[in-house]
Amino acid sequence: MSVSVFTAVVFAVSTLAGFLGALTGLGGGVVVTPVLTILLGVDLHYAMGAALVSVIATSSGAAAAYVKEGFSNVRVGMFLEIATTLGAVAGAHLTAVIPASGLAVVFGLVLLYSAWHSTRAIPGGGHRRPDPLAARLNLNGSYPTVDGVTHYQVSRVKAGFSMMFGAGLLSGLLGIGSGALKVVAMDQIMGIPFKASTTTSNFMIGVTAAAGAGIYLSRGYIDPGLAMPVMLGVLAGSLAGARGLATTRSRVLRLVFAAVVGVLALEMLFSGVTGRI
Amino acid sequence: MTDERFATMIGNLLRTGVGLSAALAFSGGIWHLAESGRGIAHYSRFAATVRGPGALAHLPGPQALILAGLLVLIATPVARVAFSLVAFVLERDRVYTVCTVLVLAVLLYSIGTALW
Repeated sequence: MSVSVFTAVVFAVSTLAGFLGALTGLGGGVVVTPVLTILLGVDLHYAMGAALVSVIATSSGAAAAYVKEGFSNVRVGMFLEIATTLGAVAGAHLTAVIPASGLAVVFGLVLLYSAWHSTRAIPGGGHRRPDPLAARLNLNGSYPTVDGVTHYQVSRVKAGFSMMFGAGLLSGLLGIGSGALKVVAMDQIMGIPFKASTTTSNFMIGVTAAAGAGIYLSRGYIDPGLAMPVMLGVLAGSLAGARGLATTRSRVLRLVFAAVVGVLALEMLFSGVTGRI
Repeated sequence: MTDERFATMIGNLLRTGVGLSAALAFSGGIWHLAESGRGIAHYSRFAATVRGPGALAHLPGPQALILAGLLVLIATPVARVAFSLVAFVLERDRVYTVCTVLVLAVLLYSIGTALW
């Protein structure tokens, strides 16, 4: 394939992946990598490098819009970023020792779990015992609602912090944002309200991805010729998808997209197990 | 500094970073296609040819321009963290000054591996 045709095709599939990623809430980065490797035969390391760069773009672009609304908890974000950045550095270093087929298997499993997770109803945080550590670290926050400002307390700080290390590890290992895991850590473990969890997660994704990106750069995973159409496509697609999310609330549509992502995940898993990747 | 002004500045910083990066990558991309669009794409086999910012010196112009855009993008969250550090120092928030220094140190270490 010539560079022009290849670039155009990559841009098109990346736009679609970004759109799907935003609609399903999975994120464009985790959808684009299997598309590039399975459908276009791109080497997994190049795909991961390009996807990680696109994750920084979509996260920063979205965070710019969210930051003024007052939902994201900057202190929770910064505290947990210690765990996610350390995890990302460890994960990115691990890519040097784990063979590509092994990475593909882990990728398939993570993608399968995320696709399944995205189809479930939004779970409530529930009432839990506030963690005294949260008060000491000044983590408890508030967010605006129609009835005025609502305050919340954070629980199980240490468990959430550990989970965040895992989220960072997967981000660096697979070149993804691992937003779903970050939201699970904050919403389900730490009892942070869902809206605050998702916006804070978005805030953290860019910083986590940047921590992996430095090491990806040094290893040569980030190739300009491939990263350019992927980054621009995923960014454009997810901006359009975020807008679509606000207008279409069809659950059927989300289920169909999740099924598509599930098939990609199985394909990825299969390719890894049989050693085709 | 009020929290709202701080949030506005962070928002602007992120928007500028992403916008500048996309503009650089897009112009580099058009130039890249005009110059070597007829060549054959080869991404099926991994060969680490572009390793970090040092590659800016030896890459052909169009690819160097795209890489500059990608570097701006990677620097954007780092700038955001550095900005938060200034804010926490100004607020005399010792715990979060330490947290932010730690995050910044990890980020600089990671980018450092690409520089040296």
